[in-house]
Amino acid sequence: MPDIRTITVTINGKSFTRRVETRMHLADFLRQELDLTGTHLGCEHGVCGACTVMLEGDAVRSCLLLAVQADSKTVTTVEGLAANDGSLHPIQAAFQKHHGLQCGFCTPGMLISLVSFLRDHKNPDEGAIREAISGNLCRCTGYQPIVDAALEAAAACYTQHEE
Amino acid sequence: MDDIKLPGMLQAAFLRSPHAHARISSIDTTAAAQLEGVHAVLTLDDLGPEHADRPMLQAYPNPRIKQNILPHLLARDEVALVGQTVALVVADNRYIAEDALALIEVDYQPLPAVVDCRKALDSAAPKAHSSAPNNLAASFSNTFGDTEAAFKHADEVYEIDFLQHRGGCHATECRGVIAQYSPHQDGLTLWSSTQCPYLIRRMLARQLDLPESRVRVIAPNVGGGFGPKAGFYVEEVVTAIAAIKLGRPVKWIEDRREHFTATNTQRDQHWHLDVAADNKGHILGVRGRAILDSGAFLSYGLLLPFTTLAPLPGPYAVEAVNVQFDVVFTNTTPNSPVRGAGRPNAAYAMERCIEAVARGLQLDPAEVRRINLIKQEQFPYATGQIHPNGRPIVYDSGDYIGTLDKAMALGDYAGFKKRQVAARQQDRYLGIGIGACVEDTGVGPYEGCTVRVDPSGEVLVESGAADQGQGHRTIIAQIVADGLGVPFERVHVTIGDTGKFPQGVGTIGSRVGVNVGTAANDAAASVRKKALEFAAKALEVNAAELEIEAGIVRVTHVPEMSIALGEVALRLTPMTGGAVPEGFTPGLEATSYAASKGPPHANGVNIAEVEVDIDTGKVKILRYSVAHDCGTMINPMIVDGQLIGGVVHGIGNALFEQMIYDEAGQPQTTTYADYLLPLATEMPRIDIVHQETPSPLNPLGLKGAGEGGTIPAAAAVVAAIENALESFGVVIGYYPVTPQRLVELITAGAGERCVEAMSTTPPA
Repeated sequence: MPDIRTITVTINGKSFTRRVETRMHLADFLRQELDLTGTHLGCEHGVCGACTVMLEGDAVRSCLLLAVQADSKTVTTVEGLAANDGSLHPIQAAFQKHHGLQCGFCTPGMLISLVSFLRDHKNPDEGAIREAISGNLCRCTGYQPIVDAALEAAAACYTQHEE
Repeated sequence: MDDIKLPGMLQAAFLRSPHAHARISSIDTTAAAQLEGVHAVLTLDDLGPEHADRPMLQAYPNPRIKQNILPHLLARDEVALVGQTVALVVADNRYIAEDALALIEVDYQPLPAVVDCRKALDSAAPKAHSSAPNNLAASFSNTFGDTEAAFKHADEVYEIDFLQHRGGCHATECRGVIAQYSPHQDGLTLWSSTQCPYLIRRMLARQLDLPESRVRVIAPNVGGGFGPKAGFYVEEVVTAIAAIKLGRPVKWIEDRREHFTATNTQRDQHWHLDVAADNKGHILGVRGRAILDSGAFLSYGLLLPFTTLAPLPGPYAVEAVNVQFDVVFTNTTPNSPVRGAGRPNAAYAMERCIEAVARGLQLDPAEVRRINLIKQEQFPYATGQIHPNGRPIVYDSGDYIGTLDKAMALGDYAGFKKRQVAARQQDRYLGIGIGACVEDTGVGPYEGCTVRVDPSGEVLVESGAADQGQGHRTIIAQIVADGLGVPFERVHVTIGDTGKFPQGVGTIGSRVGVNVGTAANDAAASVRKKALEFAAKALEVNAAELEIEAGIVRVTHVPEMSIALGEVALRLTPMTGGAVPEGFTPGLEATSYAASKGPPHANGVNIAEVEVDIDTGKVKILRYSVAHDCGTMINPMIVDGQLIGGVVHGIGNALFEQMIYDEAGQPQTTTYADYLLPLATEMPRIDIVHQETPSPLNPLGLKGAGEGGTIPAAAAVVAAIENALESFGVVIGYYPVTPQRLVELITAGAGERCVEAMSTTPPA
């Protein structure tokens, strides 16, 4: 018989209470139970990084966490980056400007990894940014425009955190 | 794909063979079918009698195919690769479907497997398919010029032998299919991650005995294509049959573990060539033989062998070529085009020839390229080859020396020797390598485009070819906006849906810009002409006095005499009581299938500068320079994106990506911990310089840009590694070049030439 638990998770500032199977991973919970399909699944073994979300402010693989592990915690997904009026987060705007996405499948994970990294790093150099996204696979862009976008947005992202 | 949810939709999962080659004596689905939440468990027998003896139909028939072996929709009595579909479970959700898979009992008797393409034609080799007489799928040659004379008159003949391994698709989004069937209304609707919705419509209709008009294929925005998603797959058919049988929508989403074995991949090619050269370094002729691994089935017909052969002799004016190809079956995932589709293999072969000549004659490899490149005055240049479509292969235009010079300037090739010597004094080993290529792009036969002005003034554009991230909508909108005289923001493009645009082909071979671009330009011109003619009548002036700007037709120099395009569209679509203006057809719209007069040929040169750590074998790319010519660029930012991404894919092929099988045909690299994709930390910054030699074959001068970065990349990187290790006499025998193998080569070389021996299965 399936083992079902009731969990409450605060996602992008909104609280959700759902009954879930204990074996359901967090990414499936977000996508299937809450229709937050911005989080993507690329490998389901924790390497590609497309499913990266923030749990309590830290970038994590939502395919390697069970939904029940997020009980009573806060999660930020890519849907939570833009402002309520739809204006883009500085890193999103920089991606758009620098053609930082082609197919866009890795983009949610890239954005979350970068938001998490840039929040804590003032003026990172190119090498540090490449290191920060070394857990996110992209098959389209060759990474260069993503790095350029991050370099440009770094100041704005760090400042935001300080506020 | 997985974002799409339909009411009442069920989820499917496939049971796949765990054996590379085995006979199946029984399949017991009883327990699986009884699991709560399971709606159907299907084996081949359950699909209907019409499918029992009907394997997948050949999407690319060709008279040269000797054995047209394709899989049954689900395994019948034998499986020929790990990952082959055996049964399908449809359940309330994927979790339950996978639970049920574990309850299906299959009785397999393993059979010997053939894995190495180089051994597939040995008389003692196991047969990939028990009922086949041998493993030969097809055999043909491509020959032009007088190779016999070339070798007779040669000063030098060099023998080269190399294996090419290209790895798989690995789009970040795996494949997926959703099927919905309504018998009384629309028929079958299939959402697929395909690159080629029109091919899928045709093949599904044939496979299921439906008229094409009852099949609609929608290819939504998906996470990358890169070739393997252009194929026709059993999952598309079986998911459709399940939806028809159950009367409910069925979704199948491939997971990454499946992708490693079930999505077609590019397979090994083993080449053995002789190169005839004079003592100045001119290549007089190339002859030899290649074995191409087809994997277990001919899922793409002979498409890849032909796209490998057709680009020979690349950008070089080599007058005599005779290369024999054997296409063989092995018990591995079927062969598929992957970004570049054989062209990287052809480029690599020609660049190996150049390197062999340069090494043999102790010449600068750049100079050997320079003297062999086709000169500007030789265009249009007929290579001597005949394309499979029966027409001679002709390079339309270019300046190949120009791209070589530009790449050399960008990468400071002239200053490299100094950098190399300086590094050497610090015990660092630097090398530089060049890869040049020509790319036949924009292959036909056609794509179409409709441009329609809405009475609101918005411009609606419809076309066929699906987009997997290339930016098709952007470039089509640009062309229509410019051609019609409307703001870019007011152009809305719909693509990738056979229900929205009647005919098309698909997204392969850097063809969409050329094919759709040419049709869109033509359709926009027709709409413009009609708008001008109507406005001339309405404003009582000559059409020649009119211009269109920002969606307004107006009399030049008299801005107050104007009419908006939306107003023209409104007046051309009157309702009851109105009348269509005399001399006009209803609507402000046009459809065009205008095509390029032939495939335009792009050209490019890559230069890699690397450092090899001789203790660890680590290769670091220090500098990477690209000169590229895709004719007139519609959107330079998109072209740069294609080039950089393409180069990185090629670097991945050269250094990292390796799909390894053991001798029993078990894949050993089925996670991203084992199969290495290029990471941000390993990739260099890539510098690009463009050259624009417009193609004379289409009005906008377009040439394709989707694969030109990938095609010469592996050749450049491998040559750079060899150059760094010249003092050790290292000559690379196959790629990817892993650190462990490099250390072995450096050690074995010990100052002498070491042509790398190839093992049965490339080691990890």
